[in-house]
Amino acid sequence: MKGSVIKRIWLFYYEGFRSMTLGKTLWVIILIKLFIMFFVLKLFFFKDPLRDFKTEEEKSRHIINELTIKQK
Amino acid sequence: MILASFVDLSRLQFALTAMFHWIFVPLTIGLGVIIAIMETYYLRTGNPFWKRTTKYWMKIFAINFAIGVATGIILEFQFGTNWSNYAWFVGDIFGAPLAIEGILAFFLESTFFAIMFFGWDKVNKNMHLLSTWLVSAGTILSAFWILIANAWMQFPTGMEFNPDTARNEMVDFWAIVTSPVAINKFIHTVTNAFVLGSIVVIGISCWYLLHKREEEFSRRSIKIASVFGLVSLVVLIWTGDGSAYHAGKKQPMKLAAMEGLYKSREGTPLVAIGILNPRKDIRKIKEDSLTYKLEKPYLFNISVPEGLSLLANRKTGTFVPGIEDILKGGYTYTNRNGEEKTAPPVEERMRLGRMAAGALSDYNKARIAGDTLRMKNARAVLEENYDHFGYAYINDPVEVVPNVQLVFYAFRVMVILGGFFLLFFGLTIYLEKKGTIGRTKWYQYLGIACIPLVYICSQAGWIVAEVGRQPWTIQDLLPVSASASGVSSSAVLTTIILFFALFTALLAAETGIMIKVIRKGPEA
Repeated sequence: MKGSVIKRIWLFYYEGFRSMTLGKTLWVIILIKLFIMFFVLKLFFFKDPLRDFKTEEEKSRHIINELTIKQK
Repeated sequence: MILASFVDLSRLQFALTAMFHWIFVPLTIGLGVIIAIMETYYLRTGNPFWKRTTKYWMKIFAINFAIGVATGIILEFQFGTNWSNYAWFVGDIFGAPLAIEGILAFFLESTFFAIMFFGWDKVNKNMHLLSTWLVSAGTILSAFWILIANAWMQFPTGMEFNPDTARNEMVDFWAIVTSPVAINKFIHTVTNAFVLGSIVVIGISCWYLLHKREEEFSRRSIKIASVFGLVSLVVLIWTGDGSAYHAGKKQPMKLAAMEGLYKSREGTPLVAIGILNPRKDIRKIKEDSLTYKLEKPYLFNISVPEGLSLLANRKTGTFVPGIEDILKGGYTYTNRNGEEKTAPPVEERMRLGRMAAGALSDYNKARIAGDTLRMKNARAVLEENYDHFGYAYINDPVEVVPNVQLVFYAFRVMVILGGFFLLFFGLTIYLEKKGTIGRTKWYQYLGIACIPLVYICSQAGWIVAEVGRQPWTIQDLLPVSASASGVSSSAVLTTIILFFALFTALLAAETGIMIKVIRKGPEA
């Protein structure tokens, strides 16, 4: 019974994707977009500036320093 | 090559991303409800016409959704990289709503979206309709959580600042979720999306009427969209009034900029139409006070007597502070605990802010030294002056004045177009009732022209909300200059170019695919 429910869900999605016409173009656009966003932009341009700090305590101290330095 | 400052470039990048993102979002939200209404008609009447109509608009919805989905994630990348001081400072207050939004969106959309598109002949009609309504509810709920986070930045409440971690910690989830600014902002923004969706439906339907195609489909689509749009617009205008009221209480500088109001008086008028004097520059208030005083704020204006007093205080004869009044202090405002306070001059707030920021530094030095008494004293100073914390980073009082010209004109563009759409919806319902909409060519052209206008109106609204609150990332607590983190200006410039290319390509793809689908028309 459990197996048949999973099979029905699988077939629902499988047949749905197979019968898409315009949807295929849209999926290609979505995949290219996600690739650019996560593998190009995130990986090379959007690095976490706090990544070098290992602990939360170190991160806090860095931000407190930043906030204190920026105050004139 | 001279590069603008890192902060300015980061702001430009964020604005560019947010404005592109907002091209896709309102149509998804607005069309979602219209599709659900159409499918409800199908279920109630059993008429296959409604199934065909629903399926067509669902296709437009799908194109917009597919192109727009995940464009908001880039904003989250920027929080982490360009605005990491801010991201740390807001802590879980910003993180929690965004996480809820992400989880909800994922589950609702991945499950019910599939049923909505793949399940037409595979699930029963009730289940299908429920899925369509749930997809629509999911898009609205996603907007709700994002707008909660945005409203908190405009009116920070329900939190306490922890000096050990330099983070604001949520102490009252319901105060954040039910903040009057948040509720008003949510209704205002979502009804704006409903109006936008309605006008896009009317505009596309007008195109068919103009080409003498799909008359019944177009007329019935226009009928639903115009009634839905009109009701939404009435709520939109009502919450627009609420937005101005809240700005008057909690962000008076934003309201003053919206009005180009410099020096106010009791019984403050509201500028209906006006042209600002470009020579009236607040920075000259100190440099050349005589020239500054001689310059009138408007070259031309038509004002409604007592209008601003009524809008901001709900009472005639009351005082609404202008830009110079705010700089001098002495007016009444609502603090983040909801208490009415008399505002000190900005210079005094800068002094109090520096005391707060100095106390944060002292507290942490004392903590490292293990000096509990000094920690206690520093914490008391910090807590007493925390409402002014962000003023520590302001170097000149005029820095707290946003771009008055941009806010003033954006506000008028939004209001004038909003008023125009009210007439447009009324006209649409009138022509539809008269049965002449199919042969009124000028109306059909007008309907198509309304599509770009509604996008301009919607973007103008966000300009008022976001430029109007400058220089604050978090109202009074953190300005943009202290929110930014050290990334090189050239890196930001590179990503701005990349974003621009990516978003332009996406927009071109959306427009191209949509034109193709519209030309093809609803399938038999």
